[in-house]
Amino acid sequence: MNNWLTRDNLIRWAPLLVLLALICLFALIEPRFFSVRNAARIAIASTPALMVAIGVTFIIIMGSIDLSMEGTVSVCAVIFAFAFIALGGTLASFAWLALPLALLVGAAVGLLNGLIHVRFKIPSFMCSLAIGFVGTGFALLLTGGDRVRVEDELFRSLLTIRFLNFPIMVYVALACLVLAWFIQSHTKLGRNFYAIGGGEELATSSGLNVGRVRALAFMLAGMFYAIGALLAVGRIGIAETATGNNFMFVSITAVVVGGTALWGGIGGVWNTLVGVLIVNVINNGMVVIGLPNFVQDAVLGILVITAVVLSTNRKTVAFVK
Amino acid sequence: MYALRKIDKVFPGVKALSAVDLDIGRGEIIGLVGENGAGKSTLMKVIYGAYQPDSGSIEIDGQTVRFSNPRQAMHHGIGMVFQEQSLITNLTVMENIFLGYEQQFVRYGIIDWKAMAEAAKAQLAKVKLAIDPSAITSSLSFAQRQLVELAKVLTLEERVDGDLVILLDEPTSVLAREEVELLFSIVRDLRNRASFIFVSHRMEEVLEISDRIYVMKDGEVVDVVSRDVADIDAIQHKMVGREIDKEYYREQLQKAYSDQAPLLSLEDVSVSGRFSNVSFDLHAGEVLCLVGTEGSGREAILRTIFGMEHPTSGQLSVRGKPVARFSPQAAVAAGIGYTPRERKVEGIVAGMNVFENMTLSQLGNYSRAGVLNVSGERATARQWIERLAIKTPSEHKDCGGLSGGNQQKVVLAKWRSGGSDILLLDHPTRGLDIGAKEDVYDMIREMSDAGVGIILVADTLEEAIGLAHTIIVLKDGVAQQRFDGFLTQKPSLYDLLHHMI
Repeated sequence: MNNWLTRDNLIRWAPLLVLLALICLFALIEPRFFSVRNAARIAIASTPALMVAIGVTFIIIMGSIDLSMEGTVSVCAVIFAFAFIALGGTLASFAWLALPLALLVGAAVGLLNGLIHVRFKIPSFMCSLAIGFVGTGFALLLTGGDRVRVEDELFRSLLTIRFLNFPIMVYVALACLVLAWFIQSHTKLGRNFYAIGGGEELATSSGLNVGRVRALAFMLAGMFYAIGALLAVGRIGIAETATGNNFMFVSITAVVVGGTALWGGIGGVWNTLVGVLIVNVINNGMVVIGLPNFVQDAVLGILVITAVVLSTNRKTVAFVK
Repeated sequence: MYALRKIDKVFPGVKALSAVDLDIGRGEIIGLVGENGAGKSTLMKVIYGAYQPDSGSIEIDGQTVRFSNPRQAMHHGIGMVFQEQSLITNLTVMENIFLGYEQQFVRYGIIDWKAMAEAAKAQLAKVKLAIDPSAITSSLSFAQRQLVELAKVLTLEERVDGDLVILLDEPTSVLAREEVELLFSIVRDLRNRASFIFVSHRMEEVLEISDRIYVMKDGEVVDVVSRDVADIDAIQHKMVGREIDKEYYREQLQKAYSDQAPLLSLEDVSVSGRFSNVSFDLHAGEVLCLVGTEGSGREAILRTIFGMEHPTSGQLSVRGKPVARFSPQAAVAAGIGYTPRERKVEGIVAGMNVFENMTLSQLGNYSRAGVLNVSGERATARQWIERLAIKTPSEHKDCGGLSGGNQQKVVLAKWRSGGSDILLLDHPTRGLDIGAKEDVYDMIREMSDAGVGIILVADTLEEAIGLAHTIIVLKDGVAQQRFDGFLTQKPSLYDLLHHMI
């Protein structure tokens, strides 16, 4: 009996259980938390972060890390906004070209990141952190510190038009999530991420071009950061250097809390969805029950450590650097 | 003064040591010889405390002792000089010598480096090494490092009351002839301080230095000879002497191969520092065994063919076409498959399931524009699970949860289902139980029938003789001898060993 109550199963479902427990907890303390209106609020806050977190999920599955998301998001957001305004300022004109342009910029930054990491054999953590700073600096250079307003009603309909109480951007994010899941489980590239994370030596000795897969992974991550940037701009109608702020902490926290292992090979985009929701439920719930901001970060920090402690099988890990 | 009595050690599926008795007198040097897998390294690990015997006792001066780790063994005067050098290369010589025992130099919480340097100098003097104790270890030569290791072990003299026993595991394998002489003279001089156990593949050296020689085979001590009556030939015969069971290696299934159009040929291929001027052809249906001791270049040859190392000279051709680009990807594309020795590290991805592991090397065959045909993958996996009788509940089972034999089958299925017809097998039966080994032998015969050319590095000499059509004996990276025509006449173990060491 209790066959299903194994350590593996517990680890697999723990994030979801935590999410449900948190929802119940906040709903008990403050019934207003448990409403469609508040659910929509959480969903809106989650969407840009979800895209960024999905991007970094692919990297973490390979056992690497990408810290360039803040810079990449800022650059994509600012370039998108400038191009959008320059090309006519409304989706009904050629300004729609700014959307694929933003994706291209994200892909280019990611590819650059990946190529530097692979070619010069720089640890991904250091390389991506540096690229992120370059990105933030470049965005500041472009804007000169100004905010760029994107006030096109058609574009803002991402937020303003609701369908079944949820704005369109939530459905866009869900579509991207399904796309990410498809990449993860039904493409060669996705399978190769797991192979590299599970055993890079083996991936090499099975004839995989590991360097190429790595570079492509960072490119893919960059594209998801760009989608995150577009949704972030759609949400507040402003592109600025600060658009990328806080994405690093939120996305990495979400991936880890969702149960994707930092040493690679385990986890996936569904874990990340759960993780993003956990982070945003905590943020939202604490506001609803009236706790100050700084408590939220502390709670999230504790949650990250708990998640890693629970998911690490310490018997098989001899050294930690 | 140091003795082992009836030591047994069992690992799952293997009896590594059975009823081993061993005595060392004060100031004695004993030699320990045996084939790979005879139990030498297990015995040494028992002696220096890394393994605990399952039964039997360890006695020092008549008192029974028990070590639960190497540090406790050190407190009883037992030290180990490791084959793969255990010095930390970015630390200084003196830091290495006193690693873990710095406390004696600490004054008010601060290390007194001068005192440590003085003490290190005294240790280095014991091995007649005049180097600066504050030199960084990586700047020393191999021979010097070996002596520093010895000096490190000799610090036991000051820390321990009573006698020392020092194990030397293949200390000469990386040394030149004069360096070996130097080491031996130092070891002889140290006999008034310690007894030594000397393990080596080089029989002449064992005879030269040892007072008595323990010969091991299949986990047992089969003979103890003293130096005056020792004879290399007689010892070698004892190391291998056993009958080979023809059925076990499926020899009745062995067929002749056609020597037309080689699948793979090497012409004077060298990789500097690994092996030099190796030439051979591999044909469809042939099993070619590379035989030699650890480090003789067997693995390096496999890795070169698979593109993981690059030849410094010579020509490698696959199906008559010279290989220009050396990379595992190019090798896989040319139909070469490689099963490395460490299955857990390089064989299967634990965490990925059976069908994902099986198709890992050939995802191109199961995808169109990068999108996978998962049902096709699963169908192939089911077919191979049945064909090789892989014991798994389904193709979705995590490969890390399978037994070693079944993991090996998954690895072989990976290459076979992808159409590889040149297979490089590095110790394919290592760590498998007997039934699983026989499955692997069956698979090798079946692959030969299907026209696959196999290059094998076997786990034991018997396995090599039993499975091969052709054997090439390597020593220090040079091919010593080639044995052919196995269908009529097989070489004896002794023939092979003779050229190996």
